[in-house]
Amino acid sequence: MKYLHLLWASLFRKRARTVLTLLSIAAAFCLFGMLDAVRIAFNGPENINGIDRMVVASRFSIIQSLPLSYAGRIQTVPGVKLVSWANWFGGIYQDEKNFFANFAVSPESTLDANPEFVLSPAEREAFLSTRTGAIVGATLAKRFGWKLGDKIPLKATIYPNKDGTNTWIFDLVGIFHASEPKLRNLERQMLFRYDYFDEGRTFEQGTVGWYTIRIDDPGRAEEIARTIDRMFANSPDETRTDSERAWELSFAKQIGDIGLIVSAIMAAVFFTLLLLTGNTMAQAIRERIPELAVLKTIGFSNRGILALVLAESALLLVLGGLLGLLLTRVLLPVFAAASEGRFDFVLPPQTWLSGVGLMLTFGLAVGLAPALRAMRLRIVDALAGH
Amino acid sequence: MENLAEVRNLSKVYRRGSQNVEVLHHVNLDVPKGDFVALMGPSGSGKTTLLNMIAGLDAPTDGSVTVAGRRIDQLSTDELARWRAGNVGFVFQLYNLLPMLSAQKNVELPLLLTRLDGAQRRRNAGIALKLVGLEARAAHKPSQLSGGEQQRVAIARAIVSDAPLLVCDEPTGDLDRQSAEDVLALLQQLNREHGKTIVMVTHDPKAADHARRVLHLDKGTLVDGQVS
Ligand SMILES: Nc1ncnc2c1ncn2[C@@H]1O[C@H](COP(=O)(O)OP(=O)(O)OP(=O)(O)O)[C@@H](O)[C@H]1O
Ligand SMILES: [Mg+2]
Repeated sequence: MKYLHLLWASLFRKRARTVLTLLSIAAAFCLFGMLDAVRIAFNGPENINGIDRMVVASRFSIIQSLPLSYAGRIQTVPGVKLVSWANWFGGIYQDEKNFFANFAVSPESTLDANPEFVLSPAEREAFLSTRTGAIVGATLAKRFGWKLGDKIPLKATIYPNKDGTNTWIFDLVGIFHASEPKLRNLERQMLFRYDYFDEGRTFEQGTVGWYTIRIDDPGRAEEIARTIDRMFANSPDETRTDSERAWELSFAKQIGDIGLIVSAIMAAVFFTLLLLTGNTMAQAIRERIPELAVLKTIGFSNRGILALVLAESALLLVLGGLLGLLLTRVLLPVFAAASEGRFDFVLPPQTWLSGVGLMLTFGLAVGLAPALRAMRLRIVDALAGH
Repeated sequence: MENLAEVRNLSKVYRRGSQNVEVLHHVNLDVPKGDFVALMGPSGSGKTTLLNMIAGLDAPTDGSVTVAGRRIDQLSTDELARWRAGNVGFVFQLYNLLPMLSAQKNVELPLLLTRLDGAQRRRNAGIALKLVGLEARAAHKPSQLSGGEQQRVAIARAIVSDAPLLVCDEPTGDLDRQSAEDVLALLQQLNREHGKTIVMVTHDPKAADHARRVLHLDKGTLVDGQVS
């Protein structure tokens, strides 16, 4: 610690250059923090154990449906408490720009599987007893000024109505709230009954988009998922059972392998950073040869000089890197807010840890060549100026 | 009087290309404790080379160097570094202060290698700066000091660890007459009042006047050195 003053003074010997270098490092690590947050947001937990709700969907494509008959078979798997199902409807209310999510769902099991949809007992009862009933989130109801008892027409984009029209009429019987403020995004959805939908549509009858199941032991999630998928293996409709989050993210992943994209960008950024800071450090040490010779003259050992230069380089990287991650920390909530809760971007301890690990690694890597040069410096030559 | 430094049969050969050049040729020299030696001679005669050997900055090709009873010609690089920290203070022609550190911090540098804590380091550096008459300039950076002042800071740095031997390579070579006079008076004071043994290389006969004795080196040989 007593060398800190010396390190600090050496580092800021050329103030403008050091500040510019620090800013480049900060920019690189800010980007690292952001991209890591994106990567984490796009890669659900590796291990699904600990989750009591899972989605069973087609193994092949997120738009491929599964037979409704699977419901009964999934129910037989030990540990499965509840099976609900849903189908994307994609209806339009009045105008395309009014887009909101709307699904056909198995009414009772869906409400039971998703306690975060909070509905009064009377509204719940009405939904369960009204075939044409629909429930909407409070945000959505407010947006269009809907009240209980309203008839809501949706224009079909995928499923024409058997009656020959493209219009489906629903009776608004419930307005639900999200159980937590951070789930407010749910209140932008509309749910109606699968039985009404399935009878009314002209094709794909008897199929569902996906199943949402609840299990009784979160510790066995992995095992139950494997049992279900094995049950339907080698059938025309193979399944993939995964956490809800992983399933949601599989939509986003259609863009490409996010992890790979993130790694590629970071590799390019860090490569540039290494060249830049490597050059800065080499130049800084070259300029200080006579000073380093003085330190050796007054008794600093070769190893001491090596450590001093390495520490200076590490300090440079860590200072800049922490600055960058702090910037990320400030910016992430802004992005999370902008995504309206779809992505809960966070900067977890692992990112800080791997960030600091990278800073130290880069610091040592960048400092090694100049440090070795400084260490091997012969005092007599350096003092004589050659 | 007891010798602080004893140089015996010292030779130094440098390789220049394919040729060997003998820069020092069987040099013998005794420097008693409390001596102030001025080393003179033409450029290239080997003054700096000899000084570096006595100060443990370079190893001889042949012969021995003993300082304060210790053979230093056979020490390893790291052993030499540790030895220098405790035994030798250095003053160079171009002051060689660290430009980004204040005078105070420059003087504290050698103390970083000791066990002294921060307060003790500050205090000792303060005493050394006071001795060279620059306590008022402690917070100044080298660029804010004149050449003579910088050289006095360098002298403070050389004495702060209380090393018995002070080696100076043309300490006034870059100074005007008055500053040179101040620096030489200071060295003389350190020699007389504080018992520092000083070996000083110089081209300046006036500088040599401040020493107790003057030795001449020519083509690698001491022409008037006492051979024991
Ligand atoms: N590292 C080295 N490699 C090769 N030759 C060297 C080296 N150091 C010094 N010399 C040569 O040794 C000779 C003596 O050098 P030295 O620096 O000791 O002379 P000096 O008396 O101090 O001269 P000056 O008064 O110019 O400082 C010179 O010819 C010099 O070129
Ligand atoms: Mg010389």
